[in-house]
Amino acid sequence: MTITFRSETFRDDFTFRNSLYNIKRFPFPFDRDEYMYSVNMEPHIRGKADSVFENLIDVDEHYVAEMQDRALVLKEDPLRCQALPHMMTAQWDVLELLMEHQAQDYPEHFTLEKNGDRWRWVNRPMGIDDTFTFGDAATLPYPPMEYITRQAQGDFCIVDQRDNNLWMDAGMVTTQADWSLDFDIGMNFMEWHGPVPLAHQIGVFDRALKFLLNLQQGKPTRRLNWTMTVNPRLDTSPENYHKWGPDRTTVTPENVGDKMHLRVELQSLWRLPRSNAILFVIRCYLISLSELVTVPKWGRRLPRVLKSLPPEIADYKGLTRNRPIMIDWLAKYDDGAPTSAGIYPD
Amino acid sequence: MLVQGIKSRPEYKGLDIDPHAKRHLFVLEGEGAQALIDEVGAKGRDFLAKSEILYLAAGAAPKAYDVTLSALSPDVFWQASTLQPLLFRLRACLEQARMGTRLSIAGTEGFIGQIMQVAIEYGIDYHSIHTEHRGSMARRVQCVHCKGITDNVTTSPFPCSHCGLPLLVRDHYSRRLGAFQGVNIDAEEPGTAPEPEEMFP
Ligand code: HEM
Repeated sequence: MTITFRSETFRDDFTFRNSLYNIKRFPFPFDRDEYMYSVNMEPHIRGKADSVFENLIDVDEHYVAEMQDRALVLKEDPLRCQALPHMMTAQWDVLELLMEHQAQDYPEHFTLEKNGDRWRWVNRPMGIDDTFTFGDAATLPYPPMEYITRQAQGDFCIVDQRDNNLWMDAGMVTTQADWSLDFDIGMNFMEWHGPVPLAHQIGVFDRALKFLLNLQQGKPTRRLNWTMTVNPRLDTSPENYHKWGPDRTTVTPENVGDKMHLRVELQSLWRLPRSNAILFVIRCYLISLSELVTVPKWGRRLPRVLKSLPPEIADYKGLTRNRPIMIDWLAKYDDGAPTSAGIYPD
Repeated sequence: MLVQGIKSRPEYKGLDIDPHAKRHLFVLEGEGAQALIDEVGAKGRDFLAKSEILYLAAGAAPKAYDVTLSALSPDVFWQASTLQPLLFRLRACLEQARMGTRLSIAGTEGFIGQIMQVAIEYGIDYHSIHTEHRGSMARRVQCVHCKGITDNVTTSPFPCSHCGLPLLVRDHYSRRLGAFQGVNIDAEEPGTAPEPEEMFP
């Protein structure tokens, strides 16, 4: 399928919108009417056609605009992309994985030709046609992870596995929900998850780590995570919190439907073949409340989730200030009818 | 006691000297001197002949720990005037350190963090470093916005000494930076920062 890429912004005038097609394929993260942290992992296998699970590395109508936004972030703050020196093999693993998936699933847009170590990569939406030697970083305009993640939607962390732990030793992080790669780089699984409330105490991270240490190559796994963002802003980094924080005070009962966005991360985890590291892909999807309530089941469920959300989680996600306005606005979409299990529209 | 349960903060388990180690390098600051003096009391003086002590008196100068330390007659006792020359000397020591040298650090958390940073740079596994927290609870904090580091922070919020934003000190620590994270406390409504409260005396 040929994707029509939108021309839009994630800052200043915020012209980002979802097409009807994209609304229907939104990865709504709630499979029931309440939410609590859990080890919500499932095999990352192909799902229904026209869902975000159709391809394992999803490319959508926001691709070009997201890559433009990433380039702007990197100009302002190069520390959003970092790799410790021992991660070079893993960087090449990631380049290969992303090129192969994008080329295989979107042949109209991407082509990868391999001739031994000589590779040719064609990215039509971004007007790129590069030939390089796999394994020789000097033949690319950027280091391999940066090169390919400037051309792939989502944030990326590469975690190294040693001493029975995972270490955040490389990443491209420009669309994050309020955490800092520069601060967290070099930390292990428990350390970088330090600020998360409740989950440590109920053993979520112990079990998740154990599961990931045994992740097999060729059997990627996935989970959904979510938060909410005022305006369709991709770069909600702590670095820039003093710039986007004031947005939170601009929400009113009149504009909440258009201003408040559900932000869902489709996180997938891949064991890498040469380095034995793990690639953690954080693919971010945004949808305004107005767009979201066009699916009746989601309009019914979201206010119920927000109402019953534990206060520690609401605080951690930065929802406390605007939670009442959202719940009031959403109330008219909840007629009290039961909702069906699972995340898909009825 | 330091606040417990901060997952990203290192545990400072105490000096716990191994008398059989080939050589000891002690890097001590202020009240950290007492940590070594206590160990000598518990384990005897034998290891001192194969010990080098680098000491920075800092705020504890009136207590004259330097006199007590040098009276222990270690193989080497060296005192720094400020942190910068101490780090310089530390690098020289690590450059020449032989296999089997045990590194021990005692003092305030910010000091421990900065010595650990240098040690990690020299390829020392941080698990093998013995650390003991002594002295004030002051924190070393990095401003997440301008990346500037402020030493000896005792209140939260506090004004970033580089960009001036009032920062909340989060319970999130980076070993690589040797610092806690500071985040603008009134980002959402500038000008509404609460008064600084003494949190880390
Ligand atoms: C190697 C893979 C992973 C990486 C790199 C990663 C990274 C992160 C980071 C950086 C944060 C933000 C922490 C902060 O506030 O500073 C976070 C939050 C979180 N992570 Fe992970 N994570 C990984 C895997 C997992 C897995 C497998 C689980 C499964 C349970 C999980 C559960 C969570 C939860 C529940 C939160 C809080 C999210 C929220 O409420 O918005 N993470 N993760």
